[in-house]
Amino acid sequence: MKNKECVAMLLAGGQGTRLKSLTKQIAKPAVYFGGKYRIIDFPLSNCTNSGIDTVGVLTQYEPLILNDYIGIGDTWDLDRKFGGVSVLPPFMQAEGGGWYTGTANAIYRNIKFLNQHDPEHVLVLSGDHIYRMDYSAMLDHHKASGADATISVIEVPWEDASRFGIMNTDENGRITEFDEKPAEPKSNLASMGVYIFRWDVLKQYLVDDAENENSSHDFGKDIIPALLHDYKKLMAYTFEGYWKDVGTVESLWQANMDLLKKEPELDLSDQRWRIYSKNPNQPPQYIAPQAKVNNALINEGCRIKGTVDTSIVFYGVHVDEDSIIKDSVIMPDVKIGKNVKIHRAIISKGAVIEDGAVIGDPAPDSEITLVAEEGSVLASSYVTNC
Amino acid sequence: MDRVAGIINLDHEQDMLDELTYFRCGAAVPFAGRYRMIDFAISNMTNSRFDSVAVFARRKYRSLMDHLEQGKAWDLDRKRGGLFILPPDWNDPTDISQGDLQHFHNNIDFINRTLADYIVVSGSQNICNIDYQNVLADHKESGADVTVVYTKVDELYPEHQSAHKLEIDENHRVTSINNDLKNKNVYMDMYLIDKNLLHELIEQCIAHGCSHFFQDGIKAQLDRLKVNAHEYVGAHALINSVESYHRNSFNLLNETEHDRLFNDDNPIYTKVKNEAPSKYLSSSNVTNTLVANGCEIEGHVEDSILFRGVKVAEGAVIKNSIIMQRCEIESDAVLENVILDKDCTISKGRTLIGAPEKPYVVPKRKSM
Repeated sequence: MKNKECVAMLLAGGQGTRLKSLTKQIAKPAVYFGGKYRIIDFPLSNCTNSGIDTVGVLTQYEPLILNDYIGIGDTWDLDRKFGGVSVLPPFMQAEGGGWYTGTANAIYRNIKFLNQHDPEHVLVLSGDHIYRMDYSAMLDHHKASGADATISVIEVPWEDASRFGIMNTDENGRITEFDEKPAEPKSNLASMGVYIFRWDVLKQYLVDDAENENSSHDFGKDIIPALLHDYKKLMAYTFEGYWKDVGTVESLWQANMDLLKKEPELDLSDQRWRIYSKNPNQPPQYIAPQAKVNNALINEGCRIKGTVDTSIVFYGVHVDEDSIIKDSVIMPDVKIGKNVKIHRAIISKGAVIEDGAVIGDPAPDSEITLVAEEGSVLASSYVTNC
Repeated sequence: MDRVAGIINLDHEQDMLDELTYFRCGAAVPFAGRYRMIDFAISNMTNSRFDSVAVFARRKYRSLMDHLEQGKAWDLDRKRGGLFILPPDWNDPTDISQGDLQHFHNNIDFINRTLADYIVVSGSQNICNIDYQNVLADHKESGADVTVVYTKVDELYPEHQSAHKLEIDENHRVTSINNDLKNKNVYMDMYLIDKNLLHELIEQCIAHGCSHFFQDGIKAQLDRLKVNAHEYVGAHALINSVESYHRNSFNLLNETEHDRLFNDDNPIYTKVKNEAPSKYLSSSNVTNTLVANGCEIEGHVEDSILFRGVKVAEGAVIKNSIIMQRCEIESDAVLENVILDKDCTISKGRTLIGAPEKPYVVPKRKSM
């Protein structure tokens, strides 16, 4: 079997505690986004569109839905004879075993998987971001520069720079310093959590890191600083385009709202860069005579009889008469009764909102209301944040 | 468990949908916003746990083959069995068969090789949501040789004229199959038959120079065969003309009719296009309309059906129309009582108005 030039490793084990009840039962990469997708559809679609056909998905926290969703990878055209998608949970072996203790540990524990494919380069991805990116262009840059590692960065506004991991570079784009959330940033190039390593270099550092008892076995905290310490060649690759961390309820809501612009920065309708997602086999959406739908993304299987304004509606949602949905994200199969008012809220999958319920605070800049766990029933008296 | 295999026999289906069947057979005509006619026939078979389905295609099947691919969308990409698209390229020098018996004769391997004990043969023009396991149970209970499926229609429309009607005795045995214009027992072009009997009847028909298996092998032998009638109750539409296509499409805007055809337990499958959700801009005004994914709507749409990837610009007005895949309606265009086939562009300010009873049909890829 021929070796692979580049294998992707997708870190999908995170809990995503800042997404509160959205991740109570599912891993963060399985959280819904954009009317039909889950977050993991973005890195997996990016891989397949970039010509990367071998992806290891490292799972740990609440893997049931994620495993089921990934399946054999056919959704993203990753059901391949050689390579394709492999789900890699933590495992036991003769000398023991246990949970993945950090991002670097997760890759370290799967050195056997990577050796099987014997890649020249390893692309490390995380399952927390919404973006469309051609990893093959980054790989070309990585190869042309002869770097040991290339880190994808994006320019962020200077006032936000202290919230990110910041890369300080020289005039050639070589990374000289890495500051995690610096109080006084020297650069506004933020790490996107997308890395390409030469596999022989990374393997050595993973082995050394595993032996270091003081290490937290994390890419950002341990591996990158160790490479910099040894004057390895680390290059920054500047990405231009839409990239959003959707790690909090507010940012998840905002990223959804970003799609409603007339010409959104993240174009989901681009035929050349499809974002693939599992198909729910639903009939077309029905917009009733009394319905009013403006500034919205609506998916198949929906039945809209009320008003939907500036909102994202996933598949199989019913909105009954005289109800108003505004500035909200309604996840799949939610059933909304009559005379319901929902403002600035995220409603979880399968929730039933009974007639007359009032949810959320219409005031601009008010906190986003997150409704409940999957499948909960909200009685008509339910009011939050008002 | 009894195994059943399916044959979708398109051989005798005429291309009666005018412009919509210029370039494709009736089975490949887009229907209900995201489907093709044949999706209903195949999905019914998948939902009834058939693991082999053959499609007897005769002509204009390019678009059909493109749509069906290897059957994955209907869960028919199987190691054993699966979907067989069988176009007419036959080279048997001893072949004396005629009509659709050519299909049965030349594809007899499909029937011989399947592990099924029973075969369901259906067409593609009867849109419904049927569980053939019920038909099989009825068939076995009746001890019949053949079970034919019919539905009692409330009202006879022009499309029912050409359909066969059943006369049935008190034991559900079919006593006559005819074209009685007043009979409301409309035969749905579906029958279930024991595999060995099918084999026997095919040989008999070929030996007698017959050219229509159902007419000569079953309808003409009602005295010799025990033919059981199974009544189907549920959503039904017979589509064999532009008029019936138009009327039955708009029936789906009625919630009750819609829910009778589409339900979560027996979904209708179709080729997946991976379109984004549909986008309604702030200027859009959409009412009483079925919208498939991938649309971008800035204009006014009422009482209509939009297929996948349709763009409606600001100021455009669409009423009582069916707009198929990837059509673009530019600003201030007006469409009323129109059926636009795929990939049409209606340029800025154009007006197209058909008669309510006779919609104006625009063929595929036309720019106006």
